[in-house]
Amino acid sequence: MSTGNFTDWTGNMLDIGPLYPFVGSEVLMVIIGFIFVIGWFILQARVESREIGEDLRLANGKLGVTGGAVHGAAD
Amino acid sequence: MDSDIGALTVIFTEFYYWVTVVFMFFIHVGFCMYEVGASRRKNHLHTLMKNTMVIPLVTVTFYLFGWWIYSAFPNGPGITGGLTAAPFAEPWNELMGAHMGGKPVGTDITEADTALWARLNGVFFAAFLLFSWTAASIVSGAVIERVRSFAFWIVAVLVGSVTWIIDAAWGWHPAGWMVRVLGYHDAYASGVIHAIAGGAALAMVVVLGPRIGKFRADGTPRNIPPQNPWLVTIGIFLIYTGFWGFYVACNIPIFDVQAGDGVFYSATNIYLAPTTLSAITFNFLMSLSGGMMAGYVVSRGDPFWTYSAGLAGIIGASAGNDLYHPIQAMLIGAVTAVLVYKLHYWVERRFKIDDAVGAIAVHGYGGFIGLVIAGFVLWGYPSSPDASFATVSPWGNFLGALIMFGVLGFLPTFVVCHILRAAGMLRIPREVEIAGLDIAEEHAREIDELEIAAADAEARGASFRPAR
Repeated sequence: MSTGNFTDWTGNMLDIGPLYPFVGSEVLMVIIGFIFVIGWFILQARVESREIGEDLRLANGKLGVTGGAVHGAAD
Repeated sequence: MDSDIGALTVIFTEFYYWVTVVFMFFIHVGFCMYEVGASRRKNHLHTLMKNTMVIPLVTVTFYLFGWWIYSAFPNGPGITGGLTAAPFAEPWNELMGAHMGGKPVGTDITEADTALWARLNGVFFAAFLLFSWTAASIVSGAVIERVRSFAFWIVAVLVGSVTWIIDAAWGWHPAGWMVRVLGYHDAYASGVIHAIAGGAALAMVVVLGPRIGKFRADGTPRNIPPQNPWLVTIGIFLIYTGFWGFYVACNIPIFDVQAGDGVFYSATNIYLAPTTLSAITFNFLMSLSGGMMAGYVVSRGDPFWTYSAGLAGIIGASAGNDLYHPIQAMLIGAVTAVLVYKLHYWVERRFKIDDAVGAIAVHGYGGFIGLVIAGFVLWGYPSSPDASFATVSPWGNFLGALIMFGVLGFLPTFVVCHILRAAGMLRIPREVEIAGLDIAEEHAREIDELEIAAADAEARGASFRPAR
């Protein structure tokens, strides 16, 4: 059993072809890639809106905490 | 060297590794800049020199015994066999210097061996040496602002010239026992560089303790922000740049992978199994991107964690980046980055661990996670062109991760740090830590400036009265 389409390195290399696991799922992986990018934009839009809202409250002097606490701990 | 193709292959390989060494030098420049940028002004000079001196100390010790360990220890020794003969790596062998080939006096090396080693010994040595600097340098960042330089340099030699190179002989060598018995697969060093260095850094930080002021009286952590974010930025971009050289140095550029059954030239990974530079270029970039995207969101746009998450992404995917599909590499990079970020803060809160630059998390936890993921995703793959070796499996790579992080990473450094602490050589005195490690240099500079100002005044014929 192997997640790739070969189990040893013997024989003609040209017969092996693609080396990556789960050969045959290329279209699915591309769909997952699109979902990852679109999901990132959606998530980032929400996070950014929330942060801008917090920045706005800070700017209006309604929040008495430091910028560092708002933006998360820097290492 | 007696045929055109043979000579071209050897000399191309020699030049190839030489170029990787130049690229990898950027990693050390980047680490130095990152550390100085992350430390407070009062500690800049000592922080810089602590990491800079890794270069000569690890280089000399690696020449004296590190390179030989890699070639002699694939069986343990004592696990699957004894020492492997490696005369070309013995520091007293004539092949450890400039050589034109021919049979060395008083050894079993053949003329054919010599034709290869006379050209490649120095560049192979150098490529592994640059990995050694990286391993030691990873520890350096975690312990800034309170460790004695002497103690760090002892640990740097331990990690850079002993423990990491033992793990490389075990799990990053075509005949390593972990590859043979466990089917351990770690093509671009998630474990053999990053997990072991992270484990060693954790051990040193545990024994050393946190910086003064890092934790409040109630145990909650304070943030100690980087003194110079721009230096940190340039530093980590240089680490990214050097990482290209690192990846390329993990390959053999041209090798007949079908020896005995026709001829087929290909690049190979460190285990002599086929891959391509295109494959690792795809995967390096996609895992970097996955890590950065995930890191940006999970840290809510924190620049330092976004950069570190890019590194974590690469490190997480590195174990299998010779074989993954690029989108698999991206997803693995993203998952690793999120886990690393969460683990860093959880460990900091729960165990009061002061990992000053996130090195334990990015390299240690990231490398460990990357190994475990590779065991599942590459389940059943051949670990070696030798069909008698075990195949890749989740348990083989998990055991490998434990050996890298725990047995060779954490344990030896933990013991050595306890000895250093008992000798009073591990941590700087509290008063010096509060005043800053550069207090003597600052004092000397003030005196120099006063003397120069007095000399200027004297040259102008004016009197000089220092400000009080």
